[in-house]
Amino acid sequence: MADFGTELDVFRTETREWLEANCPASMRTPLTAEETPWGGAKFKWANPDSKIWLDRMAEKGWTAPMWPREYGGGGLTAAQARVLEQEMARIKARPPLFSFGIWMLGPVLLEYANEEQKKTHLPKIVRGEIRWCQGYSEPGAGSDLAGLQTRCEDKGDHFLINGQKVWTSYADQADWIFCLVRTDTSKKHEGISFVLFDMTTPGVEARPIKLISGESPFCETFFTDVKVPKEQLVGKLNGGWDIAKRLLQFERQNISAGGFGGAAGLEIEEVALAHVGSDNGKIADGDLRARITAHKMDARAFALTVRRVEAEAKSGKGLGPAASILKYAAATLNQHKHELMLEAMGADGLGWDGDGFDRRNVRETRAWLRSKGNSIEGGTSEINLNVVAKRVLGLMDHQ
Amino acid sequence: MAILNEEQTMLRDAAKGWVADKAPVTALRRLRDTGGWKTGYDPAAWKEMAEMGWTGVIVPEAFGGSEFGYRSLGLVLEETGRTLTASPLHATAGAAATALVLGGTDAQKEAWLTKIAAGEITAALAVDEGAHHHPASVAMKAEKTASGYSLTGIKRFIPDAADADLIVVAARVSGTPGDTAGIRLFLVEKGAAGLSATPLHSIDNRAHADLAFAVTPAELLGDPGAGWDVLSATIDRATALLAAEMMGTATQAFEVILDYLKTRTQFGQLIGSFQALQHRAAKLFTELELTRSCVDAALDAIDAGAKDAPALVSLAKAKANETLHLASIEMVQMHGGIGMTDAHDAGLYMKRARVAEALYGSSSYHRDRYARLGGY
Ligand SMILES: Cc1cc2nc3c(=O)[nH]c(=O)nc-3n(C[C@H](O)[C@H](O)[C@H](O)COP(=O)(O)OP(=O)(O)OC[C@H]3O[C@@H](n4cnc5c(N)ncnc54)[C@H](O)[C@@H]3O)c2cc1C
Repeated sequence: MADFGTELDVFRTETREWLEANCPASMRTPLTAEETPWGGAKFKWANPDSKIWLDRMAEKGWTAPMWPREYGGGGLTAAQARVLEQEMARIKARPPLFSFGIWMLGPVLLEYANEEQKKTHLPKIVRGEIRWCQGYSEPGAGSDLAGLQTRCEDKGDHFLINGQKVWTSYADQADWIFCLVRTDTSKKHEGISFVLFDMTTPGVEARPIKLISGESPFCETFFTDVKVPKEQLVGKLNGGWDIAKRLLQFERQNISAGGFGGAAGLEIEEVALAHVGSDNGKIADGDLRARITAHKMDARAFALTVRRVEAEAKSGKGLGPAASILKYAAATLNQHKHELMLEAMGADGLGWDGDGFDRRNVRETRAWLRSKGNSIEGGTSEINLNVVAKRVLGLMDHQ
Repeated sequence: MAILNEEQTMLRDAAKGWVADKAPVTALRRLRDTGGWKTGYDPAAWKEMAEMGWTGVIVPEAFGGSEFGYRSLGLVLEETGRTLTASPLHATAGAAATALVLGGTDAQKEAWLTKIAAGEITAALAVDEGAHHHPASVAMKAEKTASGYSLTGIKRFIPDAADADLIVVAARVSGTPGDTAGIRLFLVEKGAAGLSATPLHSIDNRAHADLAFAVTPAELLGDPGAGWDVLSATIDRATALLAAEMMGTATQAFEVILDYLKTRTQFGQLIGSFQALQHRAAKLFTELELTRSCVDAALDAIDAGAKDAPALVSLAKAKANETLHLASIEMVQMHGGIGMTDAHDAGLYMKRARVAEALYGSSSYHRDRYARLGGY
């Protein structure tokens, strides 16, 4: 494998040079919530460098490094993608694009969509032109996703969609939606289809819902006689459930790989030393110190597990059983970190806004609130553990 | 159920009825949405609380109170804690009143306790100066003047202090932070020279404030002057009362969860039929029962003047912290997506929980104190 190594070294050198030349200075600073690059037609770029950075990366297909070149992707091998990741990390480059298209929809389109659908949608995802939202959950169908009721009727030359989704993240900001709909009411799982449509289609209405963190990232989304061209069905009619589940795998993988937003970028031990005080360099509260340490060790164990799972996947053995625990473990870990952070800040972490509180602390406090969704979004922790118990451990249902 | 006497039962039932009627969670929402966090309470509701005698529960009869004791005031606070009622009851009729009862001269009691019992004034207790509760660390300087004392320094995140008519302040006449012998308590009146208050917009939307004192005239509490013993006993009582309030908050959170487990359907059955959730509800119930015993015991020990009251108070607060923490997390989690929305109450409970957990000492603080009191 010696000359493969050399080839990779060449790629590394080129990549390093290209990144040095093309990554704007402000894109090498920690990402802030305001500058998160979501893209899409409605997007307002808080920092013009973010757009420049996106365009340059998209030009090379490096917003989706491993997608095929014919659909706008980078066409990189897994090894090259890893090098790109390492080189970006080296200069602390921000991700050029945050995208449900890249994390969730694109991977299933590559597997299930027809050629025309791939050609239509994937390049726009790579370029961050179209922002997607996920129309899965409904008021009556959350954990029991397959219980969804949004009706999709075949009207000959088009589909007609009526119903309601809920908790649709960024539905008010998105250009298109990938949506689960019921095309057969006589069956449960086998009556679901996976369709794509434009959020500006008449009859689509997204109403933002305010969260406990004060932000409104998700919406109630209503569909009233929404006409959708039939070619926007992905896969087979009534064959949407498999696609839906596959997409959830990608969503959970992405979440476990560190996809939880909201961290204010503070290190927990620094926060504790600053707010609790130092006893010869040790966090002065011994009890809190022990709990912070236990958390940091858990975080290390998690990172090592992610690495092991990746290594196993790349060696061609496929995803081992360890992969199934990642989303649950990541959610628990992230929530625990934020709780410890809040506790360490003491009174300084109890501010909502205004005088008397440092802005960085307030941001951390809001991030703590946001983290409570980690064990709910993308399937709750309970559902995750059910899946591990049943599919991985082979335990049977309660009779 | 705890054993209550007739007076206590009446007091609790009256509180339950009033809270349900006059102070549901929507009252806190209204306060929040109208900028009421600056003063922190609805004056009309506060007036009614005083009329029901709640402000005089621990005040001696000689000064216009009912002298029902801490257990009784705990019962009232537990009820107000259920609906997150924002009021200066704990700060005024619990914390500050206690300092006066335990440390004040007869003249000071006459001057202030009568007004507190009558609901004419609000008051606060200002001890902590940093991000974490640590009373021995008081650094604020008290200097003797011709007419009394003057105070210089800051206080951090003091409940109900911004608008208080009277603030009982811990400051130091000698020594350095950490040493308890030099600490004394002082009375500072609203509008005193050099006193400034910054109302804080905190996550629980209750009234907390940062205070700054610059050579502010103050009167020594008591004669020869109440020090560390009175301060610790006062903090113990305020802490136990806060634990009672938290007990109410946690109990309500639990009841809301239980209700949801019995109404929400997924997979064609009530979610309460899933054993994963049943066990978590049963564990939370177990914690609530254990915590209640500790809170009751702490308040009873205070009323009986028992020697082990300080340890029982630390036990009660540590347990209340843990149980309310757990209840607030489960309240969001077991509701799924809806628990993350502002329209649902779960977020309000979680935010109040974290403030109450930090006030008067985190679990680490009380575990450490419990061990110290136990001599290990
Ligand atoms: C921040 C955030 C972003 C989201 N974004 C999106 C989005 O973009 N698009 C989208 O479609 N959805 C989104 N969701 C919705 C999310 O997928 C659902 O909230 C989730 O699947 C849970 O469904 P539910 O809210 O109906 O809760 P429920 O299913 O009603 O669950 C209530 C409680 O019951 C538990 N429970 C349910 N069934 C079982 C069982 N069999 N065993 C044990 N416990 C059980 C749950 O774990 C939970 O604790 C988002 C949610 C959050 C919090």
